[in-house]
Amino acid sequence: MTIFVSSISILLGLGFAILLSAMRMSGNLVLINFARVFISFFRGVPLLVQLLLIFNLLPALGLSLSSLATALIGLSLCTAAYQAENLRGGFEGVPPGLIESAEMAGFSPTQTFLHIRTPIALRMTFPALVNEAILILKASSLVSVVGLIELTKMAQNLAASTYMPLPIFASAGLIYLAINLVVAAIGRRAEVALPGLPAK
Amino acid sequence: MTTPAISVQNVSKRYGETLVLRDINLEIPRGEVTCLIGPSGSGKSTLLRCMAFLEETTSGSILIEGEPLGFIEKDGKRRAQSPSELRATRSKVGMVFQQFNLWPHMTALGNVSAALRRVRKMPRKEAEERAMAQLTKVGLEDRAGHYPSQLSGGQQQRVAIARALALDPTIMLFDEPTSALDPELTGEVLNVMRALADEGMTMVAVTHEIGFAASVGNTVCFLDQGKLLFHDTPEKVFAAPRHPRLEQFLDTYLDRGASMLK
Repeated sequence: MTIFVSSISILLGLGFAILLSAMRMSGNLVLINFARVFISFFRGVPLLVQLLLIFNLLPALGLSLSSLATALIGLSLCTAAYQAENLRGGFEGVPPGLIESAEMAGFSPTQTFLHIRTPIALRMTFPALVNEAILILKASSLVSVVGLIELTKMAQNLAASTYMPLPIFASAGLIYLAINLVVAAIGRRAEVALPGLPAK
Repeated sequence: MTTPAISVQNVSKRYGETLVLRDINLEIPRGEVTCLIGPSGSGKSTLLRCMAFLEETTSGSILIEGEPLGFIEKDGKRRAQSPSELRATRSKVGMVFQQFNLWPHMTALGNVSAALRRVRKMPRKEAEERAMAQLTKVGLEDRAGHYPSQLSGGQQQRVAIARALALDPTIMLFDEPTSALDPELTGEVLNVMRALADEGMTMVAVTHEIGFAASVGNTVCFLDQGKLLFHDTPEKVFAAPRHPRLEQFLDTYLDRGASMLK
């Protein structure tokens, strides 16, 4: 469950972060300010509070969602805000000449964004993305507050029923560590395999 | 009389207080090679970039084969072209940059075929065949699968030329295409440009390669401080007695192998 929730949230968050970046570069003041407020809010409020807010707000609005959906929304919106900030550095680092050459090739601004800016920005910020994945994996321990049984919650339950908290929490910690070591290793591999980063 | 490939009419450009182009008038005839030379800061690159509307002119107009580029003048008023109007006029122009500006995340073949697929909506196979033909033309068919970071500067610039040619422009603009290359690699790019000129492509090149301007150019334009001082055939421009400002400019090349022109 931990791996499932985290990986889906990372991917949803990435898509949303790209959308936020597009809004921020759109030149439309309404979109720019929306992105700005969104990012400030989700970066500025603790994830635990965000989850509790969503958990209580949605039913108040007449929407009843499962614990899983609530957890996914909370985690992915939160990581979207962080990833959008990471991506900003990438987008700003795309050399203007590459955009000019796209313009000369007849690309529309949307095509330039999709086929030139985004792939280059993603490659440039890939290490930050791996970092964010690790943070979200650990932050996923918070989603138990909306009733989802994930690794940490399971460990708590086990500890309560077996009266052996130490070995159980130690094992939980080791499992988190193992997962993250794998994520980091995959990240390093991918970094080497990703072609065409601007020359270092 | 046929319309010129590019006609530059009373073009001025200022950045804040500085006038970088002062009332330039110039016609680029079809099928000819026009070289823009001059010291740094003379405005030659700016003028070339205006011909692709990568820079806006402050006043005056630029016509590409008789069609206005960037702005449309009507009843003495100037309005910006819509993006699609601009793309249509600009599609006649290919541009080659000093820094190559290849897209680093695509292979050589990907760079050359990208616009064919995305802009011309060609099926992948057809686009790649055409791209391959262009790469063959610049002698890089065996480098199609390489990423820009795996290519030498000269090879990257040849890919950039192939990328521009793939879109069938009628005019090719070169912005100091060899300035980022060492002398050994400069030759291979100049050879490609020479072959292109022999095919009758209309070319405008900002260049520091005085030898290339003298041997390949049909016209040489000398700019200084934003003014087009004169333009003529290379024979006349480089023949003595020369304009004193050009003489001074050429002197700086003495140590750099252009002494044969003296």
